[in-house]
Amino acid sequence: MRGATHAKWTACAVVVALAATACGGGDSGGGSGASGIVSSSWGDPQNPLEPANTNEVQGGKVLDMLFRGLVRYDPKTGAAKNMVAEKIDTTDSTNFTVTVKDGWTFSNGEKVTAKSFVDAWNYGANLKHNQKNAYFFGYIDGYDKVHPDKGDPTADTLSGLKVTGDRTFTVKLNQKFSTWPDTLGYAAFAPLPKAFFDNHSAWLSKPVGNGPYTVNSYTKGSKLEMRKWDAYPGEDKAQNGGVDLKVYTDNNTAYTDLTAGNLDLVDDVPASQLKNVKSDLGDRYINTPAGIIQTLAFPFYDDAWNTPGAVKVRKGLSMAINRAQITDTIFQKTRTPATDWTSPVLGADGGYKDGLCGDACKYDPAGAKKLIQEGGGIPGGQVKISYNADTGSHKEWVDAICNSVNNALGNDKACVGNPVGTFADFRNQITQNKMSGPFRAGWQMDYPLIQNFLQPLYYTNASSNDGKWTNAQFDKLVNEANAETDKAKAVDLFQQAEGVLRDQMGAIPLWYQNGSAGYSTRLSNVALNPFSVPVYNEIKVS
Amino acid sequence: MGRYVIRRLLQMIPVFFGATLLIFLMVNVMGDPIAGLCGDKACDPATAARLKQEFGLDKPVWQQYATYMGNVFTGDFGTAFNGQKVTELMSTSFPVTIRLTIIAILFEIVIGISLGVVTGLRRGRPIDTAVLILTLVVIAIPTFVTGLVLQLVLGVEWKWIRSSVSPSAPFNELLVPGLVLASVSLAYVTRLTRTSIAENSRADYVRTAVAKGLPRHRVITRHLLRNSLIPVVTFIGTDVGALMGGAIVTERIFNIHGVGFQLYQGILRQSTQTVVGFVTVLVLVFLVANLVVDLLYAVLDPRIRYA
Repeated sequence: MRGATHAKWTACAVVVALAATACGGGDSGGGSGASGIVSSSWGDPQNPLEPANTNEVQGGKVLDMLFRGLVRYDPKTGAAKNMVAEKIDTTDSTNFTVTVKDGWTFSNGEKVTAKSFVDAWNYGANLKHNQKNAYFFGYIDGYDKVHPDKGDPTADTLSGLKVTGDRTFTVKLNQKFSTWPDTLGYAAFAPLPKAFFDNHSAWLSKPVGNGPYTVNSYTKGSKLEMRKWDAYPGEDKAQNGGVDLKVYTDNNTAYTDLTAGNLDLVDDVPASQLKNVKSDLGDRYINTPAGIIQTLAFPFYDDAWNTPGAVKVRKGLSMAINRAQITDTIFQKTRTPATDWTSPVLGADGGYKDGLCGDACKYDPAGAKKLIQEGGGIPGGQVKISYNADTGSHKEWVDAICNSVNNALGNDKACVGNPVGTFADFRNQITQNKMSGPFRAGWQMDYPLIQNFLQPLYYTNASSNDGKWTNAQFDKLVNEANAETDKAKAVDLFQQAEGVLRDQMGAIPLWYQNGSAGYSTRLSNVALNPFSVPVYNEIKVS
Repeated sequence: MGRYVIRRLLQMIPVFFGATLLIFLMVNVMGDPIAGLCGDKACDPATAARLKQEFGLDKPVWQQYATYMGNVFTGDFGTAFNGQKVTELMSTSFPVTIRLTIIAILFEIVIGISLGVVTGLRRGRPIDTAVLILTLVVIAIPTFVTGLVLQLVLGVEWKWIRSSVSPSAPFNELLVPGLVLASVSLAYVTRLTRTSIAENSRADYVRTAVAKGLPRHRVITRHLLRNSLIPVVTFIGTDVGALMGGAIVTERIFNIHGVGFQLYQGILRQSTQTVVGFVTVLVLVFLVANLVVDLLYAVLDPRIRYA
């Protein structure tokens, strides 16, 4: 009978295992059957969903549906227009008076007042709350008190923010910044209801905002269901019944689901499918410019790259890259060769200048070889381009660039790729100034201003100046541009600064990235905004 | 047997500590995870420092490990970078992966063992050769190829199944992914059973059983199979752990939000808490599965005694 006892033990173990799994069952989550609901692919947001803590596209697209800030960027042109703000006045580009429109409420019924904004901004800026977008409030007076570089904050609120009435508040900046109101469309500046402060964890599990959608249910890591908010006071009401965002482990699976009819919208067509996308979707494939530019940054803290002759080497490398061929063959025309350091979505008025880079961005292998030799050759005899190998298809284009450089120089070993295992490690090496050669750099704009493409990236010690490039003339021109109240003149000054960047080749511009999306036959009126996020509220479902 | 089980359970303790320490060190070697949290922008130093403090990353590694293990014994597996408790991640992903594993194991047992018995009893016949070639093909094709092809053919072309599994992942949606996950092991089980059956079918006790006039099915199930299953059970037992941890490819293809997905994200984001927590549980699953296998030996062959 010994055997029988063993059998009982084992049977018990199996029963326990089965019981443990049974609880996860439940309903089978409808799919795209419900009427008027758009099902869309989504990636698991990296950070908790709160306005000042969301710095990537996946979380950003949710905030765009849930919140409306003082200013909103036109989904087509990218121009900043007042949304919740009635007016934002200034006489000196430093002191601003903001008036909030009457009649706006959060979806829980609470009124949107001046206090909703001031409280939200004070919360976001405060070091105690570990908000990753805190630096957006860095232009407001008193930021160094609530968010000191070292030690604990000495104040809880920004001294530059003052509520002056139910619907008005004043902002004092710590420097002249004429286009500051145009930055307010960024999600970090969204207003927050009292519920956020009263019961933070409950709010995080079911966020409440003042946008055209409300959260119906949120299962972290798998699905976020949003429904049209019927009482939404804004003019850009949702044209559909709601949006279901489904987390996909792999964008290839999302694309497969779209072709199988289980999904309505994919806002990131995987590179491997670009060849089939025309035959699969026909004109239901969108490929439009977005405010994203990719560049190669240089480690200016490394003496080898900071010699007087290195300017020629950097220009030579730029000329050795056959941008047109790479964007055609590797990216299937979903990127456009860059000819300046901004993005076409800014438009000519906004500061985009086609061809500003000039000859330095034109493919010229002979000229490249000559320049690099004049500049004293490649430091160390070999360029190692670092990139993170875990996501995207960075390996392919880095190898293609190296190929192009090697061909131009007639040397098989002139350029090699240097893969780094994870994105975190890659960022880590960058922030610790450990790069020994050029490295992949990308910039997705926060707001459609030429300032956003230049100042954070190339101003001395700026937050995203990863290569530590520094140039007094550039800094001076940026300061002047920020102080200039006339927009056209400001843009002109920024472009002059960009000219300095070009003459020094502070970073090699590679290409502008497009947003790509595909959708099912049920949908119409699908478009991507300049941030490459679908304009969800305008999508119509048949 | 009670003493045997207790001894085995005690042996798990050092294995458990060793494995978790190794994983902990490995994740730590990868560098500072906070740098990846801010995207392509650099975190501002003050916020980064506070985040490090929040996740306990500012302390020496041994101290982090000690604190972590201390917390684990109180049931606190820490917090992932997106603010979710690791235990919460586990409670959503483990049931899904366990269901997937159960389906895979059932496929292995039902299809694998029956095919093994059939071919083992008909050595050299056409069916034997056919199954041998088939299993060879299955072993040779990587899982992601089988997975993607089945997904395209059954899901997109014929629409027999959903090409991706819904978040709740009920059993019926997991059938095809389970088959894909099981495919390679299934081929091994078939071959193991076949060899074992072929060997034992010539044994004296089988001949005796046949000579006694026992019905054929009784000879096969009670006498032949029971003795031939020991290597197969060993394989399936260790496979439980391997399937749970190794389901990552299948889970990615079919969009299953299970353990593999969470581990993959944890590694990409260098979230020590997530990775160590999940691996800890996987190590436990592996150890328990091995214990169950050892106990099963005695069921199959009563001559095996534990002391």
